[in-house]
Order: sequence, then structure tokens, then C-alpha cells
Amino acid sequence: MRVEDFLRTSARRLPDKEALTAGGRRFAYGELDRLSDRLAAALASRGLKRGERVVLFMDNAWETVVAIFAVLKAGGVFCPVNPSTKAAKLAFILTDSEAAAILTLARLAPVAAEAMAGAPSVRFALAAGGSTAGFDDFEAAIADAPLGPLAFAGIEIDLAMLVYTSGSTGFPKGVMMTHQNVDAAATSITTYLENTEVDVILNVLPVSFDYGLYQVLMAMKVGARLVLEKSFAFPRAVLDKAIAERVTGLPLVPTMASLILQMKDIVPGQFPDLRYVTNTAAALPPAHIRALRDLFAGATLYSMYGLTECKRCTYLPPAELERRPGSVGVAIPGTEAFVVGEDGKEVPRGETGELVIRGPHVMKGYWRNEAANAKALRQGPFPWEKVLYTGDLFRRDAEGFLYFVARKDDIIKTRGEKVSPKEVETALYALDGIAAAAVIGVPDGVLGMALKAVVALRPGAALSERDVIRHCAQSLEDFMVPKLVEFRDTLPTSENGKVDRRQIAEEMEAAR
Amino acid sequence: MSSTESALRAFIAENFMYGGDATALAADRSLIEEGLIDSTGVLELVSFLEERFAIQIGDAEIVPANLDSIAAIVAFVASKNPAAEAA
Repeated sequence: MRVEDFLRTSARRLPDKEALTAGGRRFAYGELDRLSDRLAAALASRGLKRGERVVLFMDNAWETVVAIFAVLKAGGVFCPVNPSTKAAKLAFILTDSEAAAILTLARLAPVAAEAMAGAPSVRFALAAGGSTAGFDDFEAAIADAPLGPLAFAGIEIDLAMLVYTSGSTGFPKGVMMTHQNVDAAATSITTYLENTEVDVILNVLPVSFDYGLYQVLMAMKVGARLVLEKSFAFPRAVLDKAIAERVTGLPLVPTMASLILQMKDIVPGQFPDLRYVTNTAAALPPAHIRALRDLFAGATLYSMYGLTECKRCTYLPPAELERRPGSVGVAIPGTEAFVVGEDGKEVPRGETGELVIRGPHVMKGYWRNEAANAKALRQGPFPWEKVLYTGDLFRRDAEGFLYFVARKDDIIKTRGEKVSPKEVETALYALDGIAAAAVIGVPDGVLGMALKAVVALRPGAALSERDVIRHCAQSLEDFMVPKLVEFRDTLPTSENGKVDRRQIAEEMEAAR
Repeated sequence: MSSTESALRAFIAENFMYGGDATALAADRSLIEEGLIDSTGVLELVSFLEERFAIQIGDAEIVPANLDSIAAIVAFVASKNPAAEAA
């Protein structure tokens, strides 16, 4: 099934059922389908052609949901970008993806405009939420769109989305997902979560992040109701909304779980409608699992694991949670997971190796990046296919359940998102006065890992921790900004003269 | 500008704009929408308000209506501690 048909099918089946609650507005399936049809026509009338990329530089607004389906209905490929992305990186993504258009929000338009100045492929731009010079108005575009049927959008093996993810080289890589890939992942996940149209899913995770994005796609697929929130900055307000909207599904990352568990006046029994809670991105500490199960008594807790390259790898069947709280389970339905050694063969149970994934959800590759493809997609056990090498080290227990051990590369997971230390270091070197820099992850109760910048200054330079953090905040997405800065006279280097990030991390670990 | 508001603007400038200029920030703008604070930022803001204005803030009070704009925070602080203005 093509992804836009998730919405079309539900709209045909349940035209008057509420599909989306966002920003104080409520939309029925039929209305959402019509709005995205009209926006698709508006995109086509502006010259968007089949297969062309459209960057969605938007937050968790209703317009984003409409935009996702509109781009697909027009035959395009959507490319979601975190709204805290700064102009230089946005320009990189626009250029790398050769985006034909960008859809954004009025408040983000200045950043988008700056990025577009360096991205000649962009032919038109729309902004929602207020008229903005240089951008067509989103709602006016919908209102003025030509009537009549849309052109043929394409088939299932066409690209549906391009999702940029941090690469260890410091440059983000575009993960190519076809409609078939997305449908396979969404079908598998909604199967084990047992989602149906009676579900009400509350999503505060950024729709630019695949965990958040799939909440939208899966809700539309099963005909559920999606409650979209912009931020978890006010946990109480979000949880009150969960109660008021009678939410049945609550997707979390460990940072959110930790914020919930810090609240003093929240007690078990307040969430009678909640059927399930999911966690992914990093395993929850066993103490948090226990506390969440107490607090959300009656709801089922799913521990899951995944990466953008195949959306989701594994989930722990809830019945196993008590016995193996540290496990992220088994391969999701319809897929397989292996733990292999350097030779590509499975290692014995209990031994650590690289997690390899096989299934219809595995990406087609990284957009125009053959070097990265050669590393990630390799010949598997069968001659007709390639399988995904995740770069994650795992082991299995005696019954075959999987446990995350570590990353093979230096990618740091913070707040549930992947950060390339190289990308942060590149930003640090752009600050006058920095002679050497290394970015490492240090354990943090709320963030999972907090980013720490270890820097050496040039002689005579006088930079404070604030100066360093401010500089990073101006050039990096929020989650990539270091929380801590340590100043040293010099940083250790490896034999080839590069700063030895690993040695710094190991010294710090030993000192803890 | 009240002393509460100037202390608050100074705190926001220093901690969420990293020394940037908070004077241009409209008092009724959403701090979340502006991308200035996230969940850890809210917790930092709450600690600051408790300490600076000698007030206690409960979980149930940590909601956008009280804390999502400079104007809302100033009004909230005044309701919690009428003497704060003089502090």
C-alpha cells in the first residue's frame, strides 16, 4: 500500500471520525483527506513532479500532518527536518536532497529563507501560520488550489520519504524509505501494539524524528485518533491532556519517562484509559520500568529498539518484561535479527556481535552516498539480497532475547536522538579561540547521555562555558548543544595527530 | 518594567539565549514556540523562580498558563508572592 492510502482508506471507512487533535483544532478523517488533496493539487500546480523532494521544516502542527500526505499524493518525497535546525545545516539538507520545495511555519521562515539562499534547487516555498514575505501562504494555497483529480502519484516501490540522520562523518545522511518500506514497518508495529481505530495516541515526539513521525502514519493507518502536542516542556499539562482526551497509547523516550517520574503529585490510577506505553531510543533503567508500571498500572509497557535505517528492529513482548527488563526483545513481526561477528556469521548465544536486520522495512540505502551504503547494506545469508548492518553491538541471552551493548562508532544517544560528536566538534572548531575539541557522552539521569565538550583554547583566548554553549546553540539543533564544557590546556592526540576522543572518554569513565 | 520582569529577562537571556538579547522578546510570546525552553529548561526556570522569589511551585502549577511567557510568569510570581516585587 502507498502511504497516502493509509489516510484515504481510513477516510473512506470513517469519514466523520476524529483523526487529529492539534493546536486546539480537531479534524475528521474526511476533512484531513480533503485538505491534503487540496494541498497536493496546490503543490502540483506549482510544478512539483513525481519523485521530487519536499523538505518539511515544521513542528508538531496540524499543517505538518496535512503536508506529509499532500506531498505523497502529489507523487513527491517528503523530507522531515527538525524545527530547531539552523540555516547552514538546513541548506545542506536542501542541497543534498535537491529539494524542489520547502514547507515551513511563519516563525521558522527567517531560518528557511536564509537556507534557501544557498539552495538553488528550491523552486517554491510555503509557510503556515501567518503571511510571510517570500513564502506562499499555506492556507491560501489550499483554498486556491485547482479542483479536479490529481495526477498519478506512483507505485509502492517509489520513495516515500528521505529522513536525515546523524552520520559519524559529521554530515547527515538521507535514509531512503519507499512506500513499501514504510507500510511494512507500520504494519508490523501496529500488529504487535494491537492498534485499532479505538486507540487515541498522544504524540509529543517531534514529527521530524521517525518515532514521532510513525505515530502519525500508524494512527492514520488504523483509523485511530492522534493527539499531537508540540513539546514535553510542561509534563503536567501533557499528562492532563492525556487524561482529558482519554488517551490509550503513550509513546515515550527515556528522558520523558525520567521527567514523569520526577513529578511529585502524580499518582497511580489517574490514567484509566491508557492501554499501552512504549519506550525506544535507549533502554529504560530497571528502576524506571518498575516505577512506570506502578504509575501506569493497567497499561502494557513495550521496550523497543530501532534505528532510522529500518525504523524499528526489535520489541520485547510485554509478558517477558518481568523476566528480562534489560532486554529489547526480538525482531519485530515479519523481520529477522541476527548477531554476527566480523566474518558475518552468527556468534554463539551470550557473545557480543553486530546487530544485523533483515526484512521489508530495511531502507533502500543512503541518498547518494555509496561509501555509507557499502558499510550499512551488505550481502546477507541469501544471494538475492542485502541486509542492514546497524553499527550497534548486541548479545543474545540463552533464549535468544536481545540486549543492546554499545555503538560500534562514536555516535552518542542523548534525549533519544543520535548525535555525531564529529558534527558538534566541527561547530566548536568554528569558534575563534578553540584550539582542540572533543565531544563525548557522560551519563545523565534525565538525558540518558549528556554531551560534554572538552576543549583546549588558543593562547590568549578567553572563552567561558557560556560562550562555548551559546556558540553551539547558534549553529546546532537543540539536542546537539553540549550541556557541559571542560577546559584543558591540551587534549591527547592519537598517532596520526588527531584528537583522541576515545582516550578522553575512557579516562573519564575510569575516573567515575 | 517591573523588577520581577527585569530579573526574569536577565535570567532568560543568560540561560536560554546564552547571553543574547532578551529585551526584544515580547512579553506575551510563547517561550516554547520561540524554541527558547525545553523540558530541562522549564525545570531550570522553576528552580530559579523558587529561589529568586522565595516561592514554592507544585507540579500542577508547572503549566503553560503560568510559565510559557514573560507576562504569564510575572503574573504568576506576583500571585504566589505579592512581596516579590520588592525583593
